[in-house]
Amino acid sequence: MAEPLLDVQDLEVSFATEDGLVRAVDGVSFTLDRGEVVAIVGESGSGKSVTVMTLMGLTRSPNARFAGSARLHGGDLVTASEEELERVRGREIAMIFQDPISSLSPVQRIGNQIAEQIRAHEKISKAAALDRAADLMERVGIPHARDRVRAYPHEFSGGMRQRVMIAMALSLSPGVLIADEPTTALDVTIQAQILKEIRQLSRESDSGVIFVTHDLGVVADIADRVLVMYAGRLVEQGTVDEIFYDPQHPYTWGLMGSVTRVDRDPPKRLPAIPGQPPSLLRVPEGCHFRPRCPHAFDPCRQVPPLESRLPGSPDHLDRCWLTPADKRVKREVGGRIGLAEGKVIG
Amino acid sequence: MNEDGPVQADPGASRQPPLLQAEHVQLYFPIKYGVLVNRTVGAVHAVDDVSLSLTEGQTLGIVGESGCGKSTLARCMVRLLEPTGGTLRFRGRDITHLRRRPLQPFRREVQLVFQDPSSSLNPRKRVGQIVAAPMRLQGVERDAARARVRELLDRVGLNPEHVNRFPHEFSGGQRQRIGVARALAVNPRLIVLDEPVSALDVSVQAQVINLLDDLQDDLGLSYVFIAHDLSVVRHVSDQIAVMYLGKVMELSPAAELYRKPIHPYTGALLSAIPIPDPKENRGREQRVIGGEPPNPVSPPPGCRFHTRCPWATKVCAEVEPPLAEYPGGHLAACHHPRNVSSAEISGATRSPLSPLSAGQLMPGGQQAPASGAEKARESQVTARTGDAPDAPAGEGSSSWHLEVVDGCE
Repeated sequence: MAEPLLDVQDLEVSFATEDGLVRAVDGVSFTLDRGEVVAIVGESGSGKSVTVMTLMGLTRSPNARFAGSARLHGGDLVTASEEELERVRGREIAMIFQDPISSLSPVQRIGNQIAEQIRAHEKISKAAALDRAADLMERVGIPHARDRVRAYPHEFSGGMRQRVMIAMALSLSPGVLIADEPTTALDVTIQAQILKEIRQLSRESDSGVIFVTHDLGVVADIADRVLVMYAGRLVEQGTVDEIFYDPQHPYTWGLMGSVTRVDRDPPKRLPAIPGQPPSLLRVPEGCHFRPRCPHAFDPCRQVPPLESRLPGSPDHLDRCWLTPADKRVKREVGGRIGLAEGKVIG
Repeated sequence: MNEDGPVQADPGASRQPPLLQAEHVQLYFPIKYGVLVNRTVGAVHAVDDVSLSLTEGQTLGIVGESGCGKSTLARCMVRLLEPTGGTLRFRGRDITHLRRRPLQPFRREVQLVFQDPSSSLNPRKRVGQIVAAPMRLQGVERDAARARVRELLDRVGLNPEHVNRFPHEFSGGQRQRIGVARALAVNPRLIVLDEPVSALDVSVQAQVINLLDDLQDDLGLSYVFIAHDLSVVRHVSDQIAVMYLGKVMELSPAAELYRKPIHPYTGALLSAIPIPDPKENRGREQRVIGGEPPNPVSPPPGCRFHTRCPWATKVCAEVEPPLAEYPGGHLAACHHPRNVSSAEISGATRSPLSPLSAGQLMPGGQQAPASGAEKARESQVTARTGDAPDAPAGEGSSSWHLEVVDGCE
């Protein structure tokens, strides 16, 4: 097999706080290939954003501790120096943030903000960079791009601002594009436009995309592979079909069950996940999901390794002690996948 | 713009007045300009002639994109805002322009839950104080209020021992439960929920939706549920109104709306929602509508959706479509209805909930049978409306024709 574009191994990120050590990311490993969209799903606080921000070198601070590696083109993003990172960021790995209005400078013209990044990496004239900026804006579907190069962010709607962010991220054709909840703040009709745009642009430029979201509908729409995170750990990973049609971890079942579907008659009652995600200061011993899991049993006091438990799907990994046969029975709730209601240990 | 015209009673609600009724409610926010003299130079047409009604014990869902006026409408309904036109009735009583004091009994019966639980709870007050506040305002004794707070916290699934905690000590879902407990404090009959689950994670969303469901069953509450997410609304609503740029585009029983969305805008919204099922997602044809909603300061004439609508013809830009009533109590304001047979189209009647500015022009099928009075006028083809310009004769798509139906005047 060819070497993956990005190879993350045993990534650990923890922050020292006044209340103790927060293990935000706890041993996350995954790879990303060219032309592939990998989605990271999980609730707020599951560590999905910290994972991708660490890849961009944005979580560095005096109280942050890192371990593991993230290899991109021979370099390691975790241990890279600031200078190395500066060279890589934008050119080889770029990011689209959730909230475009707080990621754009309100006092600079859109065109200048895009051109600034190009000029930081390439020795070209300002006029040429602005010209490139206009081309990029056209490419991401901003109407009248030539005239709007001189506009300010407040003159753009939410959807158009997100397009500007995408244009900026793509300005140097990076191999890896990270999108951190890029459509969460947008209306569904605009979301559909932006997803289409991201899919098409990543295909054209053959870059790998890491797509962070909590919306399983978006995952089904855009992802090739899915990583499910819970309380800092990967609990399951596989292709989008494996995750949706044969989910192995009870947390994944819970996520599936909680989703309201527009194309089906609603069930009488949504099978919700009981309780709250744990505080990362005091994670439960063993499987992190144990306190909320109705299927928890004695072995769950030991951390289950992330491994393939299904014969025939070597790349479908999960972190649950139940046998695949058991899981098949237990995940059926009222004819669909969900987390059964049941006694939950405190 | 719209004067208050005579409004016909909703035929379905003749037995008992609906709990809450909006008749041609309009709210324009003036745009002021100038230093010394504040001239009004225009208005944001936030809610423009919306008629809805809510039956006791039911849930009315209101959906639409941001800026469609759904939250403004919600704020009108609880009278946080005073409508600039139309009438709001609660149990048949006109509350449109009531002042603070006469409104007080109404305030007890109608409560609001906001979208963002962290900014709608005072960070300096303890949960007990927050939940007790509405009761204290209504004159409940301190001790009685305290006991009731514990009861309420238990009711919404929080630990009653936590009365002395501050909002920041709770998670997002728990904070939203506090908001619900506060709304329940004065035993309201109607709760207006403004995007109550949009800020929550899916697993927590499901918990809060289940809680709202239980409360409705146990206490017989009525809800107005505002959301931008059609899939969440599907779970909770009996009736759903789809809004676009301040107007109701479609109003229908919930199941009916999803089975056959009549208005192209509803269809576009539904098609834009990604389905959490990869195979079905790949299989279905997703129609992505381009563009963005126009500026509500100068909404487009005719049908407000015509600038983005793939089916729009010339008539859509000229005549505002009335709300046509199709079988099953399904109302839609569109000249080119989707998912309905020509028999259903010709059987459609003009709903009295139609905006006053809407034309008389109904969507018509090829063999639209017309009653005597209509037949006499059918030859005219042009729509006789108050302020809409004449409809083009024989223009637009050939698959349907223009028909004049008796109006409500």
